[in-house]
Formats: sequence, structure tokens, C-alpha cells
Amino acid sequence: MKRACTIASYCSIRGNKVILDDKLLYKGPEDHFSDFASGVYKHFSVSYPKFHKMDNLGKLGFLAAEILLKGRDIINKYPADKTGIMLMNSSSSLDTDRNHQRTISNSNDYFPSPAVFVYTLPNVVIGEICIRHKFYGEGNFFIMEKFNPSFMVNYISQLFDNDIVDCCITGWVEIDGDNFESVLFLIEKSSRTETGIANFEPATIESIYNRK
Amino acid sequence: MEQLVQKLKEEIITALNLSEMKPENIDEKAPLFVDGLGLDSIDALELTVLLEKKYGLKINTSEEGKKVLLSVNSMAEFIRENKKG
Amino acid sequence: MREVYISADNIITPLGFTTDENAASMLAGETGIRIVKEENMSPLPFYASLIDPKLLLGRFSIFDDPAKYTRFDKMAICSIKDAVSSTELNLTDSRTLFILSTTKGNIDLLETDSSDKRLYLWNTARMLQQYFNFSNEPLVVSDACISGVQAIITGVRLIKAGLYDNCIINGTDIISEFVLSGFNSFKSISTGPCRPFDRTRDGLSLGEGSGTIILTSDPSACGNVKIVAGDGFSTNDANHISGPSRTGEGLYIAISKLLKNTPVKVDFISAHGTATLYNDEMESIAMTRAGLQEVPVNSFKGYWGHTLGAAGVIESVMSIYSIRNSILFNTAGFSESGVTNPLNIVNASVSKDIGNCMKIASGFGGCNAAILFHRK
Repeated sequence: MKRACTIASYCSIRGNKVILDDKLLYKGPEDHFSDFASGVYKHFSVSYPKFHKMDNLGKLGFLAAEILLKGRDIINKYPADKTGIMLMNSSSSLDTDRNHQRTISNSNDYFPSPAVFVYTLPNVVIGEICIRHKFYGEGNFFIMEKFNPSFMVNYISQLFDNDIVDCCITGWVEIDGDNFESVLFLIEKSSRTETGIANFEPATIESIYNRK
Repeated sequence: MEQLVQKLKEEIITALNLSEMKPENIDEKAPLFVDGLGLDSIDALELTVLLEKKYGLKINTSEEGKKVLLSVNSMAEFIRENKKG
Repeated sequence: MREVYISADNIITPLGFTTDENAASMLAGETGIRIVKEENMSPLPFYASLIDPKLLLGRFSIFDDPAKYTRFDKMAICSIKDAVSSTELNLTDSRTLFILSTTKGNIDLLETDSSDKRLYLWNTARMLQQYFNFSNEPLVVSDACISGVQAIITGVRLIKAGLYDNCIINGTDIISEFVLSGFNSFKSISTGPCRPFDRTRDGLSLGEGSGTIILTSDPSACGNVKIVAGDGFSTNDANHISGPSRTGEGLYIAISKLLKNTPVKVDFISAHGTATLYNDEMESIAMTRAGLQEVPVNSFKGYWGHTLGAAGVIESVMSIYSIRNSILFNTAGFSESGVTNPLNIVNASVSKDIGNCMKIASGFGGCNAAILFHRK
């Protein structure tokens, strides 16, 4: 079956490596995610002071989107309200939930922080990417035990088939303790992408996801 | 007072994760919330948490908040006037 | 294109354990919001709408051992059970999907064990799916305060795409110290019961609750008055992660997309109406920009507070009840308009023929959603 959309590009950030369309762009020596994220931020010369305010899930999704979208001029290629983001993960915002809990667990040191609490919702990373790239379209965050390529392809395909999006950033953004993994895909309307890297099928998505 | 202003600048940078800023980049007389540091509503709330946590001072109304959080100098002034001991 | 119908529903709030019980309490002018003095939740007393643990225990004990389940689980199970028992659909076959809408799930467990498996939302959804013998891996929608509306939009889309025939959508959230302390740090909790769209409003009241909607492509299992869950859309403000847009941009785009897709004269709008200064103002701007300032609009938050991930489901159920029973519910807590773009706020419960209802919601992360329910 001919799909209305194509995988234009993908970016993975995991195992201290940043890969864009099978090319290794960065490998960091850092032990902790926050240091690694700062390394990636510097390496790719990102200039966005708000980055430092984000929680780890926010940083992970933001950086993957930053590298995925660099030089693609999505905002001029598609209507802003037809560019959507659909992300998935396994542990929601639990990483930051634990941080918020630490600010309230001791009644003698009880200082809940709004800057932490706001990130106790997984979809805030979608907001961060939308603010950065001026996307006004669909936003969905789903939680599931493991990355599910079939669900992703089914869900995103109907968004394209029903003309709800022309372009979509989708994928897996997971962080739980020291484990982190982000694999984001840029999906575009087939009629607008001559240079797609692969068909948008569960098998291709799965094989890209497994290329570690 | 100068010491307090310097200390406050460092605390603000840490509390608001202004990693790309140095204390000497912050003008203590300049408004915190207009252009300058690019602070937003969450930062304002975070600064009230800072005053409570480090100095034991509560801001009770949003009018008071607007006055106190005008600049680093106004924050220092508020601390000097209200801090006991 | 296949249509999606509402087959059954339920809501659980302090006003009742079924949709009908809630409606009766609402028409009697009751509210679930009251002053709470619980030092393990907050050093100071606060107003909120909380489910009485003894009542919940009593209900749950009728059919299962309460010791085996958390407070979140008990609420969700009671709600799903009531909805499932009032439909003729076979919901255990492979054509049915269970969707859980929640922001925080069993978050109170974090107080005692930060690695408790039940903190994982997918795990909670899996337990509920297995409890009711539903097939398929369940889906969890977690999009802040639009979660419930988004979950219904998702269910409608999956059924329309032919991937499933039925979706059971449950929205549940509980209120614990975790959520309360966070909203307190945002200084967004009201000093009394919340007053949506009112001149004197000063914040929201948190609430806990559970709501269930069963969607199906089979109209024969939907009673005499058939209600269609139409298309819905979500958008982002692309402006700020916590503050509502000053121009109502995202919500305006969501409403515009909906009305372009389904051109109708809207009979009634169920607003998000949290009663924070900025949310209600933003909604009034978006609705006015969309030309809807004359349409009767209410907020249900004055009855059971802001139920977070459950809100979109609970309030959709009550909107559907409004269509089915030709009732417009009062906006509890409202007396005098306090938004710069005046709206037609419903200020008394009245009988009125309603053919359709638009449900809107907005939340942290800059997200917005709109969906239309209408009589067939």
C-alpha cells in the first residue's frame, strides 16, 4: 500500500552517541546525562538559553529535534498548524517526578519549585519543541512499556491520510535514572519529499530503532 | 550591601539555571523582567522560592512581588530591610 | 466514513458514583469542593474536591478485596465497571482497545518507594486491562490537562481508521501532596471554592475523580438518543510551557479547525474554565476570536474542581448528558463576569434542547484541544 508519508530523516541519541541518518555525529565521554547533554549542546553550537532550564526529558527531546530539523526549514515548507509532534515513552516524567518529590519529602526543607514541577508532565517536551520551532499543530504523548513501531505507523498514517498534518516529528524519548534513549523521526508528506530515506512502515521503523 | 548584591547574583544564576550568564553580566539596577535576562513567570515564582529558602522571607501579594523583584538592587534592599539578626 | 457513538459512560466524583447521581446532585445545587485540613497533604488548609475514602472503600468492597488495590486503582475500577455493565457490547474481543488518560497515575506511591513498579503508567493501564479481560496492549494518553479530551479524540481516530471497533476510555487522577504542593508553588490554588469566569476568581480548586466513556462504531448498542463523538483536534500555543497564550492562539486554531471540519452552529460549549485569572481570560479571547461569544458556555469545575487527567473525560460525559437530557448546567461559583471579552456564561441550570456541544481544554506545555459531540 502506498503511504501518504515518508521518513525524511531520523536522529538517535543514546549510548552517548548522536546519530543522524546513520551518520555518527558525536560521541561523548560523559558519565551523566546532564553532562552529556551539555556536551551535545556545545558540539552542535546550539544557542538557546532556555535549554539550561529544561529537565532531562526536555533536553533529550529538544536536542534530538534540534539536530533532526537543522537546515530543513520546516517552518517555511509547511503550514505551522499542520506540523505535529507525537512522542512516546515508558516512564513518563518519572525522572523529574522524583526530583519534585525530593523538594517536599522533608517538612523542615519544604520548598517545592515551580521550575521543577512544570516538568512533571511528559508532554511539556512537546511544548518546548513547538516553542523553539514555532509549530502549532497536533501534539500527542503516549506512554507504553516498549517502543511500538506498529502503533506509531498506524497513528501517524491516519493523521496524514485525514489531512491533519503535512509534517510530523515522532518517536521515542525515554529517560529513567541513568538510562536514556531518544529516536526521533521526521515524517513528511510523500508528495513534498523527494529525498526521503525510507518508506514509513513498521518494519523500517523497527530496523532503524534497532540500529544501535 | 555590595556583598549581598554579588551573592544574590550568584544565587539567581544558580536558581534560574542561567548557565550562560556570569554575575558581572547582570546589571543590579536594570529591570529583571523586561528584556534583560529574558525571565518569565516561572522565574518570578522561582525567585520568591529563593527569597524564602535562603533568607526566610515571604512575599505575600503579587503587588509586593512586582516591587521586590524589580531588580537585583530592589531584592537586596528587601532582604536588608526584613532580615532579622 | 464510519461514525463513532457513545455506548455507555460513568463518572465518579464526591457528587456521586454514577453519571445520574452526579447530575442529580448538581441540579440540587451541591458542590464537591470543601475545605480540607490534612497536614500530610498541605501545612495549611485548602479547598479541594476529594473522594471520601470510606465511601470508596464501601463501594469497592462489594465486589473485590480493597487491600489489593491502590486508591487510584479503586476509583478507576469502580468507574470502568459501572460503564462496562451498562453496555451490550462485547468488550473482550480483539476489536476493542482500552485507553487510560491520566497525568500522574499512582503518584502517591512515590512518597514511600521511588522505584515502585506501579508508578509506571503503562503498568497501571495493563493492570486495569487485565482486570477487565480486555484484549490488546492498552494505550496511555498523558497530555497534561487536555489528556481526557485527547484520549477521546484518539479513540475516535483509531475507530474511524478501522483499527478498532470499540474503545473504553477511562480518565482518572488523584490528589496527593505531590500535585497539591506543585500547584501551590505556582500560586494557582484559590482561597475559596473556585469561581470560573467570575470577577473575583483567584485560582483553581483541585479535584479527584474518574470518568469512563465507551466509544463504538455500532449504533445499535447506544440506546435511543444516539450521540456521536465527532472529530477533534489538538494544537500547541508555541508560546510558553505554563502560561496560557495572551492571544488564545492555540485554542483558537483548535476551534477553527474543528468548525472548518464540521461546520455547525454550536449549541453549547463546555469550557476548560479552571478559574485561574489567565486561563479563563485566554479562553474568552479564543472563543470571541472564533465568533462564539453568544453561545451558552459553562465550566463544570465549580462542581468537582480541576480533575486534571480525568477532567476531559468527566466533563465530556456531563456534556453528553446535557445533550441527551436537554439540560444546561449552571456554572457553579460564577456570579459576575470577570473576563475582558464577555461570554454567554450559563448562570442557572435550565432545560434547553441541545443538538451539539463543543468541549475544549487547555494545559501545561501549551496544549489545547477541541472536540464536538452531537445528536444523531
